[in-house]
Amino acid sequence: MTERLDGPQDPPADTAGGPSTGPAETPQRKRRLGPSPAVAIAFLLPAALLLGIWVIYPIAYSLFRSLFDATGNGFVGLGNYTTIFTDAGTLTTIRNNLIWVVVAPIVVTTIGLIFAVLTERIRWATAFKLIVFMPMAVSLMAAGVIFRLVYEESPDKGLANAVLTTVHDTFSSSQGYPEARPRGGEESPVAEQGGAVVTKQPAQAGQPVLVPIVGVKPELMPGDAQPARTPTGGDGLQGTVWFDFTPGGGGTNNAVDGAEKGLPGMTVEAVRDGQVAATATTAEDGSFAFEGLPAGSYVVRLPASNFEAAYGGLSWLGPTLITPAIIGAFVWVWAGFAMVLIAAGLAAIPRDALEAARIDGASEWQVFRKITVPLLSPVLLVVFVTMIINTLKVFDLVFIIAPASVQPQANVVALEMWRVSFGGGNNQGLGSALAIFLLILVLPFMIMNIRRFRREDT
Amino acid sequence: MRRSRAAAILAGLAVAVAACGNAPTTTEPTASGSAPAGGDKTLEGVTLEVAAKWTGAEQKNFEQVLKAFTDKTGAKVTYASTGEDTGAYLGPRIQGGNPPDVAILPQPGLVQQYADQDALKPLNDAVIKEIDTNYTPYWKELGSADDQVYGVLIKAAHKSLVWYRSQAFEDAGVQAPTNWDELVKASQTVADSGTPPFSFCGASGWTLTDLFENVYLSTAGPENYDKLSKHEIPWTDPTVATALEKIQQIVSKEEFLVDGVSGTMQTDFPSCVSKVYGTKKAAMVIEADFVAVEADQAGAKVGEDAKYFPFPKVGDTAPVVLGGDIAVAMKDSPGAMALLQFLASKEGGEVWAKLPGYLSPNKNVSPDNYPDELTKQLGQTIVSAGDAVRYDMSDLAPSAFGGTDGKGEWKVLQDFLRKPSDVKGAQEALEAEAEKAWK
Repeated sequence: MTERLDGPQDPPADTAGGPSTGPAETPQRKRRLGPSPAVAIAFLLPAALLLGIWVIYPIAYSLFRSLFDATGNGFVGLGNYTTIFTDAGTLTTIRNNLIWVVVAPIVVTTIGLIFAVLTERIRWATAFKLIVFMPMAVSLMAAGVIFRLVYEESPDKGLANAVLTTVHDTFSSSQGYPEARPRGGEESPVAEQGGAVVTKQPAQAGQPVLVPIVGVKPELMPGDAQPARTPTGGDGLQGTVWFDFTPGGGGTNNAVDGAEKGLPGMTVEAVRDGQVAATATTAEDGSFAFEGLPAGSYVVRLPASNFEAAYGGLSWLGPTLITPAIIGAFVWVWAGFAMVLIAAGLAAIPRDALEAARIDGASEWQVFRKITVPLLSPVLLVVFVTMIINTLKVFDLVFIIAPASVQPQANVVALEMWRVSFGGGNNQGLGSALAIFLLILVLPFMIMNIRRFRREDT
Repeated sequence: MRRSRAAAILAGLAVAVAACGNAPTTTEPTASGSAPAGGDKTLEGVTLEVAAKWTGAEQKNFEQVLKAFTDKTGAKVTYASTGEDTGAYLGPRIQGGNPPDVAILPQPGLVQQYADQDALKPLNDAVIKEIDTNYTPYWKELGSADDQVYGVLIKAAHKSLVWYRSQAFEDAGVQAPTNWDELVKASQTVADSGTPPFSFCGASGWTLTDLFENVYLSTAGPENYDKLSKHEIPWTDPTVATALEKIQQIVSKEEFLVDGVSGTMQTDFPSCVSKVYGTKKAAMVIEADFVAVEADQAGAKVGEDAKYFPFPKVGDTAPVVLGGDIAVAMKDSPGAMALLQFLASKEGGEVWAKLPGYLSPNKNVSPDNYPDELTKQLGQTIVSAGDAVRYDMSDLAPSAFGGTDGKGEWKVLQDFLRKPSDVKGAQEALEAEAEKAWK
């Protein structure tokens, strides 16, 4: 208490020390409120110094460095900036960043809003929020590792494809011999045609039809398969479908050899003029025969359904889906953060406004659209702008989730900046130019955020 | 730079696998024993810092070599690990004026790069004399930039091998092929048997460059190889087309690739090895000696389940492509030169050779020093190939071309694997990237 009282009485004592304050003591028209400029500067100096070292100097130096080439000796003017907008690889990064900025903040804000509104009404809201918020506790790098596994192509490893294949297989399951194919080559009596296997020559009754198949995975070979029967003419149109491969090598191609096994369960069609005249299924020894078929020549066809591969899900980490897949991981991390901020904003909305609307007969959807969202808009904007800044500087998720072969397709500006500066090229001139480019992109949103804060303060 | 990690594990594993499990312990007495014999601890009190990418077992082995040097000369050596990306570690230290005394570079391309930055010190006559006695001129040239010798190749990796799963070959009834046509034919037979023959590491671009280099060295010969390495002939040269067409023969058939093209492009090293030896989905993987480590980790017994054959002759030359690490001096101190001399010497090489996971490019280090049979054979091929041995071309290139994920040669070859029919397009893309990198 005494200190506080002392404060205003202090100036005489203070002035004794500083010569600069001498004039201030002489009667003047205006007496400055607060400390003198020198003192103010002295107090500002540490912060200004740190800001200068850690913020101003790096920006200025990057700007300076971006005008030089890789070695740092040759002045190239705006050459590096020209490279940014002419190099195909860099243009891809800009395009990707654009996709990120357009998609990710909207999705994150929307999902956060939905979660926040819904959790207001459920009983275990806190527990739910806690779970949705949890990914925030995981570092982005760890999140990247997790999602690299989630998006793994093989359904045995990747969760995303495991879900997809499970759902798909509930409705239709694969059967037959996926990836098996007819023996190729000139001598082969059969050929592939649009996924199906057809005989090259029309078949007639009395001539046995040979359908040699290769590439049957050992684990797909049915246990009840018997050694293939050598077809012998006989009545009607008949033949053999068999695995034309002798384990351990040997055997003659396109001929049924001793140990080669028939392929049971194959659907075989006799086709005439594009119409299926008869259908048969192969027996355990791979033989088939068409019953009651009018004489004449037919094309024998093994329809594609025999060879349909099991549904393997999507190539999440392939060149086309990679950016959406990474955005998915980003949403997983940030949705909780958005939800918590929006929920806090929601709690601050005056209840009476909502109740008044309800009494006036507004539906829940109208209340949400006309009352909740407008009242929430400041918070939504903050979340949105924060997300834009976050997406512009996204780096680790892309770096970790995208396999090296699709990095060019998934690349973003921040990652490209690091890569050209340190990842091999060592072109810190171009890297600095990219850094400045990124800064220019982020700057408007920064200014927007700062202005908002300032307005809220006043 | 996954290679380094793989090799690190190789070292550790070889201890377990090799008959000579006690190799490290046997060497230590040698090392400390030589100390009193050497006597001339001329560098007493000198401290040195060595930076290299090795970690784990590989680091421990290298530290034993350093210890032998300390025992001999009295100089204290500290080891600093650069991590996977040597350039990213050394770059800032060079800029800050505080480089390590000796650095071990994973690519000769870096020698030229740092020489241009004046970050390297030329070797003194004693070291150069040591190099002349122990290395063929090709290796000396590799460590040189602008007619100055800066570095010495101290550790090699053998990249001309094709690893296969012997069960898959037995099932299909094929023998290890000795030339390219046999390889293509054997692949077809293996594919017919229901096993996709090849597991490519499409996501790791450097494995594709290794494949290309072997085929190119074999079809175009060492002279063209040297020219292409220096970009003295363009990538649009017909010899490149020939090599790519040969590669096309094995990558253009969907049934040859395990998990198809899209699966292949997502498979990195070492996942491609475990597709052969772990899940046993494929029959062959084309990569270097360090596949042994991964094969062992996948549960295959190296030498029985996991075998290799030399990269088959595609043209006239039997290809032997090596990778390796080059030691350079970054400070002009007598300690640094003495260490380089020691590493280049027969004595230093033999200390190291007795440890697992090491292949020496030094022609005077006898293969008998290696702790296991596999390494002995590999060492033998290097010594017998003599002057025809070539260094990994992509590592000779500027790293923007031959050593960066998603850029340069790595990217173009990945695109080629996606679309193998377009040889001409691949060549033009390679040439365009090369022109950017070599300008």
